[in-house]
Amino acid sequence: MLPKQLHCLLFVVIAGGIIIFWLVSTPASLRFTVNQSYFKPSFEKGLTWLQVQQQILLNHSLQTKQAMLMEPVRSDVLTVTPWLAPIVWEGTFDPQVIDEAFRSYNLTIATTVFAVGKYTRFLRDFLESAEKHFMVGLNVQYYVFTDLPSHVPINVTLGVGRQLKVVKVPKFDRWQEISLRRMELIQTAIEEYIHQRANYIFCLDVDMIFHGRVGPEALGKLVAAIHPWFYWVPRSQYPYERRTISKAYIPQDHGDFYYQANIFGGAVEDVHRLTKTCREHLEMDKSAGVEAVWQEESHLNWYLLKNKPTKLLSPEYVWDDLRGQGTKEIKLVRFSSIIKNKAEVRENP
Amino acid sequence: MRFFPVTKPYVLLLPASGLILIVGYRIFWLFREKISSPEYQEFTFRTKEWNMVIPDMSSYNQPRILVGRTDVVSVTPWLAPIVWEGTFDPVLTDNIYKPMNLTIATTVFAVGKYVSFLKDFLETAEKHFMINFRVRYYVFTDRPNEVPSVNLSGGRHLTVISIPGSNRWQEISAQRMKIIHNTIETQIHKEADYIFCLDVDSKFHFRWGAESLGRLVSVIHPGYYDTTRNNFPYERRPASKAFMSMDQGDYYYGGAVIGGLVEDVYKLTKECHKEFEEDAKNSIEAAWQEESHLNRYLYYNKPSKVLSPEYLWQDFKARTREVKVIRFSGVIKNYAAIRPNE
Repeated sequence: MLPKQLHCLLFVVIAGGIIIFWLVSTPASLRFTVNQSYFKPSFEKGLTWLQVQQQILLNHSLQTKQAMLMEPVRSDVLTVTPWLAPIVWEGTFDPQVIDEAFRSYNLTIATTVFAVGKYTRFLRDFLESAEKHFMVGLNVQYYVFTDLPSHVPINVTLGVGRQLKVVKVPKFDRWQEISLRRMELIQTAIEEYIHQRANYIFCLDVDMIFHGRVGPEALGKLVAAIHPWFYWVPRSQYPYERRTISKAYIPQDHGDFYYQANIFGGAVEDVHRLTKTCREHLEMDKSAGVEAVWQEESHLNWYLLKNKPTKLLSPEYVWDDLRGQGTKEIKLVRFSSIIKNKAEVRENP
Repeated sequence: MRFFPVTKPYVLLLPASGLILIVGYRIFWLFREKISSPEYQEFTFRTKEWNMVIPDMSSYNQPRILVGRTDVVSVTPWLAPIVWEGTFDPVLTDNIYKPMNLTIATTVFAVGKYVSFLKDFLETAEKHFMINFRVRYYVFTDRPNEVPSVNLSGGRHLTVISIPGSNRWQEISAQRMKIIHNTIETQIHKEADYIFCLDVDSKFHFRWGAESLGRLVSVIHPGYYDTTRNNFPYERRPASKAFMSMDQGDYYYGGAVIGGLVEDVYKLTKECHKEFEEDAKNSIEAAWQEESHLNRYLYYNKPSKVLSPEYLWQDFKARTREVKVIRFSGVIKNYAAIRPNE
């Protein structure tokens, strides 16, 4: 029988040995399995991002029609940009393949919408039509930014995996100010909670209704939509900000497309970078005493000229009801601004 | 120590058995992870994703929405671009990719008499392939002293790697996947961001630039771009791992060009080789060796960018209307003279 002190010592040695062995034998990558493999580290304030799955993987074979290389479905429009980003039109993609690929990724798509002042009246139609057409089958988190939380309709039935959160924001006297501050509010929302909860984010205008499918074909790292009133005009006529004093300035002979700010999106990390840069530029302009001609849309266009979108949405995805039921290029209107009496809903002209 | 009770020897059994259990569990767990996790590897890759940023407000032509290549499809049904002349702006593309300071690995196999193709391949590559980018050629050969010395531009290197030859050209062809996979593991993952695996018996004739870079890139075979899928030369025997049924298939991709991020090509070569080995165990060799396995892989793992037949032509084919430029083309050769077997 060993002396009692030796027992104690032996116990400590064995316990210490167990701990040391565990530390040594587990490689770092396995030690904290869930967190480290799931999040990519980011340079921003210690923010981490959920993974964005860009590959199209099929789990099983699909019965689909063969796409014949020599028979373009759309020969009337541009289907890829000069930097080889696809432009999404009806006919260019096979919804079955897209849905099948994205279904298995368990993605969450954050969707921000601003309903300030009288704009809360648009929420019901927006949400009801979104439930029918927007990212159906995927997890969606709506973030409704409003100064009147009590005006948010509570009895809109949301599908499985879809939630709505109301975020209270201040109201400003000028509609232009409300519009400008959206970038800041989206950036803050991403930093405070969205980055932990969603893979992708879309920032939408509320005074719009979904009429057709807006699905995972719209997902990409950085996605913008082509303005329905400017897609056939030369770049010199785009309503870019043309005053050199503004950070949103674009010279006459520059520009790819004119993007509308009613819908833009992408991977949360990329949209964070976009909103942060636009917000900084908006603030710089404010200090210089200038407001860009189309507020944040001007800054958005500057940003997207410099940072090319990885995917563009055709005007099907951002139509304007004032243009009627569509022209021959627009075979399907998916998401459209409703005709409204601007004087009536806005705070100021 | 009066506080400790009179201990019996078997009290020590408790921590001792605990230690044994933990040791055993840890060893078992590590082993299981290693063999079951396809992602488990002890190295990392240089490049994940790139953002397309233009360095300054450079000038280039405005893209027109209502105007495009009307004679060909320029985007796949899963929204991957198909690269044709006229679909991309070379100036813009170079402005986007050059500041990324990329290194592009380029593997080429020159075994047996195929070493005679190297000179033309390398000389034309120096004129047209990824000009002004850093390129590392990896030449796999069983005749290292027959590798010609070709003048390479600044920032471009060539490494010769010795591999065994074979009596069967099918064998040489089939081993490429394994060799590329191993070389990525030992070397390329440290040295390059993107990789292209090209056939050596071809020459470059026109620009092949950064427009071809993407996560996972394949090329449409020049012999089958206008055919219905039931006529694609897929492997049709269900016993093979490369089996594709008559109603499956997007395009028929050529095995002479495989490209992408090093990580994605690593996964592809690993998978294709694994399937090839399984076939070999069952005494099956797929109709077009690794090209058959490649085609099956790319059906389930859709490429993120597809190159048109401009990027893989064959000199004996007559020119067609749609293919406006030929960038890379297999030379006419006498198979009997250069292959070790039929």
